[in-house]
Amino acid sequence: MADAPNLNEHDIVAKPLRHPGRVVAAVIITVILGLFVWSLVSAKTIDHQIIFQYLFDIKIIEGMGITVVLTVLSMVIATALATALAVMKLSDNRLLRIVATGYIEFFRGTPLLLQIVFWGYLGIIYPNITIGIPFTNIIWFNQPTSVVISSFTAGLIALSLNEAAYAAEIVRAGILSVDKGQNEAAKSLGMSGWYTMRRIVLPQAMRVILPPMGNETISMLKSTSLLQVIAVSELYTIANQISSQNLAQIELLVVAGFWYLVLNTILGFPQRALERKFGRGFETNALTRTAKVGINVGG
Amino acid sequence: MSADSLPMVRALSVRKTFGQNQVLKGITLNVKQGEVLCLLGPSGSGKSTFLRCINHLETIDGGRIYVGDELIGYRQVGDELHELHPAEIAKQRSSIGMVFQRFNLFPHLTAMENVIEAPVGVKGISREDAIIRGKELLARVGLADRADFYPSELSGGQQQRVAIARALAMDPALMLFDEPTSALDPELVGDVLDVMRDLAKSGMTMIVVTHEIGFAREVADTVVFMDQGVVVEAGSPSQVLDFPQHERTQAFLRSVL
Repeated sequence: MADAPNLNEHDIVAKPLRHPGRVVAAVIITVILGLFVWSLVSAKTIDHQIIFQYLFDIKIIEGMGITVVLTVLSMVIATALATALAVMKLSDNRLLRIVATGYIEFFRGTPLLLQIVFWGYLGIIYPNITIGIPFTNIIWFNQPTSVVISSFTAGLIALSLNEAAYAAEIVRAGILSVDKGQNEAAKSLGMSGWYTMRRIVLPQAMRVILPPMGNETISMLKSTSLLQVIAVSELYTIANQISSQNLAQIELLVVAGFWYLVLNTILGFPQRALERKFGRGFETNALTRTAKVGINVGG
Repeated sequence: MSADSLPMVRALSVRKTFGQNQVLKGITLNVKQGEVLCLLGPSGSGKSTFLRCINHLETIDGGRIYVGDELIGYRQVGDELHELHPAEIAKQRSSIGMVFQRFNLFPHLTAMENVIEAPVGVKGISREDAIIRGKELLARVGLADRADFYPSELSGGQQQRVAIARALAMDPALMLFDEPTSALDPELVGDVLDVMRDLAKSGMTMIVVTHEIGFAREVADTVVFMDQGVVVEAGSPSQVLDFPQHERTQAFLRSVL
């Protein structure tokens, strides 16, 4: 072979394959997008002045605060409840399994909007909230429901309870994804079932739980807008109230939409940080660290 | 009879059935304090199941297992047996170390964190003391410089040695090994066996399910050959390995040597 030495010395130099289809597609899509944006910007029907006027309006910002608080609180409550439901569903106790399954079926089986309105109307079903010993005259606490449960609280309850049903299945799948050998190793070291769940199983399950829970959080942020029907003063409700006075519906939708988009983009950061934290010790991280440490893996 | 002269492990007519399949058909054997007992046998002979019964990872259907002077899994009240509370079973297990075929290290914890998790969380030892002891144990298995590595960053042999250190951290009176080298690449087996050999020399009571005939010959005080749920033959390594009396033992040894 005459050219064998050349093969050893030279890297491959070749003309790259052309992709004309990609260029055409990019041009077409850019033109369509450009036309669409231009149509919005130039539209006489949209008053851009109003959009900028309300973008940083104090009421809008306050509404956004309520939206964030509702999202965070309901996700925290839902996650705690979901973990309990998941553990119940995996329990040896049949009643616990049935209760958890029933809960999940009920809250997933009915529309969220309906549940929100239900919690908003709670005061009609139960006019008073009383804490005492049933069937006796001993009463420690008795208040009208409308005083105890504000529309904010009703909304928080509705979102949390609904979300818990979805998150329970995510947590359950996460727990089931952890190898059975982990449980046996924990048992053989004298760990209790609860300790094993908390320190060994759940931290590993988090790796499987976190990505879909990120989706759920994004979904939750947007679902808070449904609380408009029970007049919780969150972002969409406020935007709606303003536009019903100045009749600039589209402009305020743009304002609200802009902020939802910004908030959801920001949510991605803690999501990624959490995924990194619970990814510790698993394959992808390990590879990068071993590379950093250098060649010191022996027998 | 004082507790000291009792065998460390007493198994009496242990029976275990999975569905229709009786895997243990009355296993009786004793393990003395400081004794190393190797359990040999073809796969499906019930040797791993028997090992898992000793720390109650499997419940037994008949017979009794005592470790020290404690009946495993139950309390005898007159003629009745009462199931133990999970916390009491956990307490019994905490003095019996176990090493698994597939290591079962906690992948989200570093080698050191694996070793100190149970001493701190179960025994209530302070984190500082547990780390001091953890360093000793990791050094003992030759991995002092791997304390901060995650299991996925360690070779199989290193993982298994961390698993041994993890079990030793609970100061067990008895160590169970369930085919500790079966999942390892051949060149990594030696390091793990070295650690086990040292452990045996230090006087640890050990029950080892293994296919390593050489290890059994060299380290074991007693070799037990099991097949189809019964003890076929038991005795000193030379008795069982060099002069097997039973046809089944002879056939097995021919197939593995």
